[in-house]
Amino acid sequence: MTLAIACRGLVKRFGQKVAVAGIDLEVHKGQCLGLLGPNGAGKTTTVEMLEGLHRPDEGHIELFGLRWGQGHDAKLRQRLGVQLQETTLADKLQVHEVLRLFRSFCERGRAIDEVLDMVGLRAERHARYQTLSGGQKQRVALATALVGDPELLFLDEPTTGLDPRARKALWSVVDIFRDAGGTVLLTTHYMEEAATLCDRIAIMDQGRLIAEGSPAELVDGLGQVQFVEFETTESVDLERLQQLDGVESAERRERQVSLRVGRDVRFVANVLSELGRQGVVPIGLSTHQATLDDVFLALTGHGLDGAASAAEGSAA
Amino acid sequence: MTSPAATPPSAERFHPLVELTKTRLREFFREPGLIFWVFGFPILMAIGLGLAFRSQPPERPVVALLAPEDSALGRALLSSKELNVVRAPEQDALRGLARTKYSLLIDLRQEQPAYRYDPMLRDARLARALVDDELQRAAGRKDPLSARDEQQSLPGTRYIDFLLPGLIGMNLMGSSVWGVGYNLVVARKRRLLRRLAVTAMRRSHYLLSYFFSRLVFLVLELSVLIAFGVLVFGTHVQGSMVLLIAAALLGAAAFAGLGLLVGARVESTEVAQGWMNFIQLPMWVLSGAYFTNERFPDWLQPFIQALPLTALVDALRGIYNEAATLGMLWTEFAILGAWAVGSFVLAGKLFRWQ
Repeated sequence: MTLAIACRGLVKRFGQKVAVAGIDLEVHKGQCLGLLGPNGAGKTTTVEMLEGLHRPDEGHIELFGLRWGQGHDAKLRQRLGVQLQETTLADKLQVHEVLRLFRSFCERGRAIDEVLDMVGLRAERHARYQTLSGGQKQRVALATALVGDPELLFLDEPTTGLDPRARKALWSVVDIFRDAGGTVLLTTHYMEEAATLCDRIAIMDQGRLIAEGSPAELVDGLGQVQFVEFETTESVDLERLQQLDGVESAERRERQVSLRVGRDVRFVANVLSELGRQGVVPIGLSTHQATLDDVFLALTGHGLDGAASAAEGSAA
Repeated sequence: MTSPAATPPSAERFHPLVELTKTRLREFFREPGLIFWVFGFPILMAIGLGLAFRSQPPERPVVALLAPEDSALGRALLSSKELNVVRAPEQDALRGLARTKYSLLIDLRQEQPAYRYDPMLRDARLARALVDDELQRAAGRKDPLSARDEQQSLPGTRYIDFLLPGLIGMNLMGSSVWGVGYNLVVARKRRLLRRLAVTAMRRSHYLLSYFFSRLVFLVLELSVLIAFGVLVFGTHVQGSMVLLIAAALLGAAAFAGLGLLVGARVESTEVAQGWMNFIQLPMWVLSGAYFTNERFPDWLQPFIQALPLTALVDALRGIYNEAATLGMLWTEFAILGAWAVGSFVLAGKLFRWQ
């Protein structure tokens, strides 16, 4: 059995609202899968069903070939490390006391100091939890998940609200865990986080999986494209630009002009000479490869912040 | 610990029940405000009420004396233990009498003594009787009867002896209901409960940790209040200390069960406070912690007697002041036991981890 997580047809409703509308997932041992999507996409509900906190209304879940509620729960919990969203651990406890508490629940696990070193909190050993910064608290939360030396780690938006430095510090802990052969399922709405940490990404929107694959596969799924962007105050004939060889779409938002162009330098040259013919001087011209953000936008028609984008329908 | 996989990489091994209980205790002792409410408040209460209702010697009637310096009767009155006799010039004495500064005016300037007083005033009539008594005795009266005085001010019969067991009961109720109920709701609100629910922690351990931490608090609360009573008011536990602890234990268990019931589902601390007041209010009023509950009407008595605080306070009072034995207190113990078992079972069914 090489599957750490397998679930089929997961559905969860809260009253009238369908939070998760039929999800299939497989995560192999040693892999890191990222669930990516805007707030309200159903990521947390999905993860909490996998963790055994909610019972799915439909579908089934297997972790290491075992299902919840069939007498293996206690054994299964020994193999999981969980970080939930927005948990406040005991304010008055010192960091090492929090870890002792969580360590005491596990049959096997890591030494407190070893975990403190992993998350870089050795110096805060005796600090009270309530005096820590947001990033440090997140690392304590991660440490409580790691202290039982789990095989499978669930991280629900582990870096939301953290500054870039704290975020990178947390990523490196996940890397250490993965290097030791651990399996990770994490949710995030940061593209960069998913691209850095995950072997595979599943994109969720409105309770469904709308795409799944490695970061490269997902980007390639957009086609062999790159983006050409520049600013101008003059009028541009977008129609003519779109008719050029290799140009897939062109749009303008105020001064910002953005084109989707095939991955060939000649296509970019075509664009530049057409601009020359129109007498347009492009300011701050740049080209960049497609990113997961572009994938998400193309798949859902809206950005990760959930707001409908002006790009809607412009991709030809 | 036989398979290699089960061997921890380090020698550290902590028992979850011990760690959970220690967490409870740490959370308490690192919150100075809580310490005051649990230990300081009942002591202040006992001091306040104890002072207000302390047994005072009755005030001696103040009487004014008009007598020549060499009057033997005058000297006898001035040395009286029952009266506060003051020599005063006539003008002052009359004015003082009119203003009830003096209860009575004694005039020994003539051969026949005269008492001037207002017979409508009870104090004045008492003063007259006492003064007359002193004068007759000083003049050589022999009493044909001599009665023995039995004064009732022994420990065990004063108001503070009644009050202290009541305060202990109130305190156990407050700290148990709050200590369990409020903390559970806070833990749920902060999502700490669901965080614990996804660990391998045994859920019974979590709830038991509340019980064990209550035990520690119980010993502390009980010793502080008992010691306070001994040191400040000279109260003593007349009955068995073991029985007293057993009663307190059962009471704390009953109230912890009620706290558990409050904390079983509620998610907001405001709602929890409402429920806790709802549970405690009838007992504050009816259970007779401060004043006897025997003045409530008969039809209310079965309800009053079924309340856990009534049972606890009655049991504590019996042990404290009347050296009651288990045989005399079995109804109280049964009521407390029923509350404890009933509330724990019900709370176990209702409890939500998220």
